[in-house]
Amino acid sequence: MSDFAEIWSYLSRGPLLWLSATLAAYALGDACFRAANRAPIVNPVLIAVACLATLLHLSATPYATYFEGAQFVHFLLGPATVSLALPLWENLHRVRKAALPLIAALFAGSFTAVVTALAVARAMGVDDRVLASLAPKSATAPVAIGISQNLGGSPTLTAVLVILTGIIGAVVATPLLNALGMKDWRARGFAVGVAAHGIGTARAFQVNPTAGAFAGLGMGLNAIVTAVIAPIVLRWFL
Amino acid sequence: MIHALLILLICQLVGEAIARGLALPFPGPVLGMVLLVAALSLIPKLVDLMRPVTSGILGHMSLLFVPAGVGVVGHFGALGGQGLGLMLALVLSTAAAIAVGALTFAGIARLMGNTDE
Repeated sequence: MSDFAEIWSYLSRGPLLWLSATLAAYALGDACFRAANRAPIVNPVLIAVACLATLLHLSATPYATYFEGAQFVHFLLGPATVSLALPLWENLHRVRKAALPLIAALFAGSFTAVVTALAVARAMGVDDRVLASLAPKSATAPVAIGISQNLGGSPTLTAVLVILTGIIGAVVATPLLNALGMKDWRARGFAVGVAAHGIGTARAFQVNPTAGAFAGLGMGLNAIVTAVIAPIVLRWFL
Repeated sequence: MIHALLILLICQLVGEAIARGLALPFPGPVLGMVLLVAALSLIPKLVDLMRPVTSGILGHMSLLFVPAGVGVVGHFGALGGQGLGLMLALVLSTAAAIAVGALTFAGIARLMGNTDE
């Protein structure tokens, strides 16, 4: 019989271990979320990330090793984004009907995200290179990273800020929108998709299918709008 | 299921190719989403084929952000000494953007007498 270290070194070389760990951590996060009556603060992504980060740290596993397993999950982000076409298509008549509110909310939300982020950061003494990494943080990760690079920001820092923005959006959206007495699921979902990209969209799907469909649309449209707005607004703050 | 997966991957592939080829400022999968909406409009029958797979993926979309989230933890150091300022900026701007976006949408919809359904 091989000893633990031998089995460990065998398993930790293949993708199976960390792929299983990723699904198990998420299943745990989701179970906590359900046990807490779907309270937004008990975010399944946040729980899963915390568990896995602790596990990697304790087992001294490099992220590259972890990602060999986790990449299969990560890869599905692309097909998931394409999948958003279905709820979007099923809601196309409502999207057309709400074209004007939609466009206004898109620009208002996108502009607010960039301006308030830069204004608060500037007031807190954050330096210029970091501001460039911060400006596109409400856009979906690949777009935000591209914008950040064009502006002279750091892609790694932008990735961190984008993920944090998504988790913050997923956590604050429901209590905030309830406090505002917002009952229009189109408005709720769309605003979350614009402000908090895919993680906000995933959260919106947990709450309401209409909100999910409009969130996916908001995420897609804000990818384009942020690419235009972020460089212009950043110039005001430099 | 294979056909549905194949359609998703082809839409993404074509989206990536067009986005790269034309140096568009948005990602291939987003373009793939637009392509699939167009395909569904042309062939509405595709919906029944696609739905089991897409609703499965979208029902657990949160899971897909876990690997990237884990990667980010190791880079909290990148926030440097400005971590507090950045966190405050993220929380305030995300909350403000959600509130302003939703209020703008609902406000203009009400002005236009545009209610849902």
